[in-house]
Amino acid sequence: MRSSGSRWARSRRWLPGLLLVSPSIVAIGLFVYGLIFWNTRVAVSGKHDEVTEYGFDKGRNFVDLWDQPSWPGAVKHALLFTAVFVVGALVLGAFLAFLMDKGIRGEASFRVVYLFPMAVSFIASGVVWRWLMNPAPPERAVGLNQLFGELHLGALANSWWQDPDWGMAAMALPAIWQMSGYVMALYLAGFRGVPGELREAARVDGASEWKVYRYVVFPQLRPVTLSALIILGHISLKVFDLIMAIAGKQIITYVPAVAAYVEIFDRHDPANGATIATYLLVAVAVLVIPYLVWSVRTERTR
Amino acid sequence: MRVRAPRRRWTAVAAVAMTAALGASACGGSGDKGSNDTSQVEVFSWWTGPGEADGLAAMKADFEKKNSGTKFVNAAIAGGSGTQAQAVLASRLQNRKPPDSFQGHAGAELLDYIKAGQIEPLDSFYDENNLKSAYPQQLLDQISYKGKIYSVPVNIHRSNMLWYNPGILKEAGISGPPATIADFITALKAVKDRTKKVPLSLGAQWTADHLLENVLLGDLGTDAYNALWKPGADWGSPAVTKALTDYAEIMKYTTLEAASTDWQGAAKAVVDGKAAFNIMGDWAYGYFVGSAPNGLGKKLDTDFKYAASPGTDGTYMWLSDSFTLPKGAPHRGGALAWLKEVSSKEGQDLFNPKKGSIPARKDADKSLYKGYLQYAFEQWNKPGVKLAGSFWHGVNASKKQHTDIDTAVGLFLQNKDVAKLQQGLVSAAENSGQ
Repeated sequence: MRSSGSRWARSRRWLPGLLLVSPSIVAIGLFVYGLIFWNTRVAVSGKHDEVTEYGFDKGRNFVDLWDQPSWPGAVKHALLFTAVFVVGALVLGAFLAFLMDKGIRGEASFRVVYLFPMAVSFIASGVVWRWLMNPAPPERAVGLNQLFGELHLGALANSWWQDPDWGMAAMALPAIWQMSGYVMALYLAGFRGVPGELREAARVDGASEWKVYRYVVFPQLRPVTLSALIILGHISLKVFDLIMAIAGKQIITYVPAVAAYVEIFDRHDPANGATIATYLLVAVAVLVIPYLVWSVRTERTR
Repeated sequence: MRVRAPRRRWTAVAAVAMTAALGASACGGSGDKGSNDTSQVEVFSWWTGPGEADGLAAMKADFEKKNSGTKFVNAAIAGGSGTQAQAVLASRLQNRKPPDSFQGHAGAELLDYIKAGQIEPLDSFYDENNLKSAYPQQLLDQISYKGKIYSVPVNIHRSNMLWYNPGILKEAGISGPPATIADFITALKAVKDRTKKVPLSLGAQWTADHLLENVLLGDLGTDAYNALWKPGADWGSPAVTKALTDYAEIMKYTTLEAASTDWQGAAKAVVDGKAAFNIMGDWAYGYFVGSAPNGLGKKLDTDFKYAASPGTDGTYMWLSDSFTLPKGAPHRGGALAWLKEVSSKEGQDLFNPKKGSIPARKDADKSLYKGYLQYAFEQWNKPGVKLAGSFWHGVNASKKQHTDIDTAVGLFLQNKDVAKLQQGLVSAAENSGQ
């Protein structure tokens, strides 16, 4: 009797906690890991239309996908977009945070202004940027090209995202606009976390303001940079709504997520769609797993 | 051991309870009331825009008057040409939870549903309601798959239409709408040389597909065009090469900013006096003459005129919205009553004037169709008219071939390589699965 009583007492310690988290455990198990499993299952099957049975195709889809005429372009677009977007948002965000950190009048309102775009959905900002980046020549353009025309800067007018080679760099502009405020907030928190004594000490040693940042503040911000990199990187890989809002399903701006949608819902080819989704998962994992390993390690050393 | 066992049980109980709770919410309400239930009909469409939604409402009112015991459930999902709706529909069909009837473009677009056994053939329905004599024979031939008909067309749109700005043509010294593809290219050049206007306005990638089907029809002629969509068709022929070369030439006279606008923007350029020509289906007419905010309120003959697209006079390149009977429809009786409404003369005459299209039936009331619709009605019912199916709008290409052609055209817009375009079209036909 006594032992069962203590068992009951012990279970009262862990049971409520378990009950609290079990819905998420089941949901995550089912809807994340279960679906990852199912997606991989479809990706290695030969189900290229609605009727074929699933079967097993030895992962041929992962190779064959590269013969799809639209796929190599989609990968190229994703890489270009990622490079411009991640670097652009990081640099701009860090720069804005630096300005804030130097102290300006009305800092709070600037902070809100820069952070605000994040509250707008990619769809909404996409609609606006679609208009802004109208590539018509200045005399009949709307948006930025018209503005350039009126300012007698017609030479700056360009074809934006409709340029076959560098168009995806222009497509990254709205994304940078949207996310740099968030990066700024991350960095600002990082700057504020650097103890004032450290800066003081450097100044006493005769370091210039630039050197204070270069050698004292920025090295302390590596964790911030890394988390910003992870967040931007995975947003960039899965970008879908922004592209659909600006260009729709056009080859000129194809990215993997759009390609997956087209394979599944337009071509009715579940296997190809699942293969693309698997590639995307792997790409995100390449970014996230080293980060997880690193953060677990740093936590242990602390 | 004795201490541990109950703990495991607890965990198991909790896990099972949670799974059961989640599972129960996923599957519910499969009340099957027998195959001929007429208590209700759930009609799935993408008619939510102005005009089309009004047409659907008019047909619904007539349906409810005739079938007072049947509750009409409108399951319309917004989205141009049904992109969103079709994604939702595909998942419902795969989960064996079909609506009682759904809208689809008549013809090969339904092939995937047919092959997956998701919709029923309707030949006996056609026989019971004497529909085979009500619809044109060519239409029935073009929507049949292996001798069976799977859909009930409610309307007809025409895709081979040329819209032009008479003022700009006058300025360029062109006497009338070009009658052949060669004349068309001459006219485009004249507009470019003599005016500062855009010769041919174009929109997003899909409007280039639409232009392609018009150039193919105009260059190849109706029979050769229709033959392209038969199994084993020769897309590598010199005649196709010639048509694609013309297509590439025509594309040189289009707008740079095409990709950033849809068909509305491209069509509007003509009535606004910015572009001379636009090739688009006849839904553009409703947009031109309709009143604000959904239309532009323009006048026929002063702001714009129309003609058959170059080289296609006498041929009606059609597309059609139609309704189907999914296998396992929960209210099959209601669905059949709805199909009867959709195929009836009254239903089509209530729907089409509002939607801005013409009835597929031959015996419709001519006096209801005014302006452009009168022209369309006469062309459709003219003796000796040839019918060609619009591939872009789902008549003769499976979804796979449709998407692959779109990809080939999209790549062509970038590399302007006619040989690669033709190769792309050849492999699209080979992989069509038809």
